[in-house]
Amino acid sequence: MQAQVSGVLGRYTANKLGMYAWALHRLTGIGVIAFLLVHIIDTAFVMVGPELYNEAMALYKQPFFRPFEVALAAAVIYHALNGIRVTLIDFWEGAARIQERLFYGVLVLFALLFLPSAFIMLRPLFVR
Amino acid sequence: MQVTLRIQRFDPERDEKPHFEEYQADVEPTDRLLDALNYVKWYVDGSLAYRRSCAHGICGSDAMRVNGRNRLACKVLVRDLGNPITVAPMLSFQLIKDLVVDMEPFFAKYRALKPYLIADDPPPEKERLQSPVDRERYEDTTKCILCACCTTSCPPFWANGDFYGPAAIVNAHRFIFDSRDHGADERLATLNERNGIWRCRTVFNCTEACPRGIKVTEAMEDVKRALMLRNI
Ligand code: FES
Repeated sequence: MQAQVSGVLGRYTANKLGMYAWALHRLTGIGVIAFLLVHIIDTAFVMVGPELYNEAMALYKQPFFRPFEVALAAAVIYHALNGIRVTLIDFWEGAARIQERLFYGVLVLFALLFLPSAFIMLRPLFVR
Repeated sequence: MQVTLRIQRFDPERDEKPHFEEYQADVEPTDRLLDALNYVKWYVDGSLAYRRSCAHGICGSDAMRVNGRNRLACKVLVRDLGNPITVAPMLSFQLIKDLVVDMEPFFAKYRALKPYLIADDPPPEKERLQSPVDRERYEDTTKCILCACCTTSCPPFWANGDFYGPAAIVNAHRFIFDSRDHGADERLATLNERNGIWRCRTVFNCTEACPRGIKVTEAMEDVKRALMLRNI
């Protein structure tokens, strides 16, 4: 009898950032796809009737939905920036050697793009 | 110095699934993990199974997960590993016993990418000459010892055992970029298939795991560029 050892993230520790950058890329990718599916469905409501569509859209405008939108923005921004990092690694010789520095670059750009967006998105919840 | 080893044990004749057991080993801080395993096997529990041969980091037999990370037991010192030390077999392969896994699928993939010189031109009178610059092109990938540290650290390989995996591709790289070799097209065609190079997600675990310091991901990227830009 043989036992299969399957690999899962929790059973392997990496001390280079690559694995975590990749795991986050996957996670945000799945998140964005999931939102996209929901969004296609709610947009399709317009075929059923404008009332239903408007109701669905009103749901997005509810305050409790804002944090999810902010999370979505975070996912899109990270996925886009890290996507550029991976593309650079694929096309530019030498980028693989500085992949960790490129990842720090991703984090800095992420902060620059995400923090102001989050501020703009959340502000209406607190000031009227 | 006393160290505690937490070793994953599995006896196919008795156990349903693997479990961890603890052992005390009396070793010098400058001893290697392999010495600690030998201590357990020779003085504590002779039934412990693991592979080793050269004990000098060149045969590639004793790759295992040490504190969650692929290492050669003969190439890490006990003092660098803390206490206790967790030792488990490499991921993704069939377990045979304790730390011994079935490497046959690994070697099959290595062979599938033709890790040998393919030259159809008539052999010259003496040797096939090569400039130092051309030789340098694939220097890094000549160092592979086929220990499987890279391949079993690779998340895409965990998810899909049909992926050729970094080690096989490193050894293909060794010949694809050899100016004397003419087999690049066939190897690249195989690597362009479903379970070829594009399964690589640039996770970089392979580069970090390689006990020979091969820049594995970089070699993978060389192969990708060879396919995308047709520059060898
Ligand atoms: S025993 Fe040969 S590489 Fe470790």
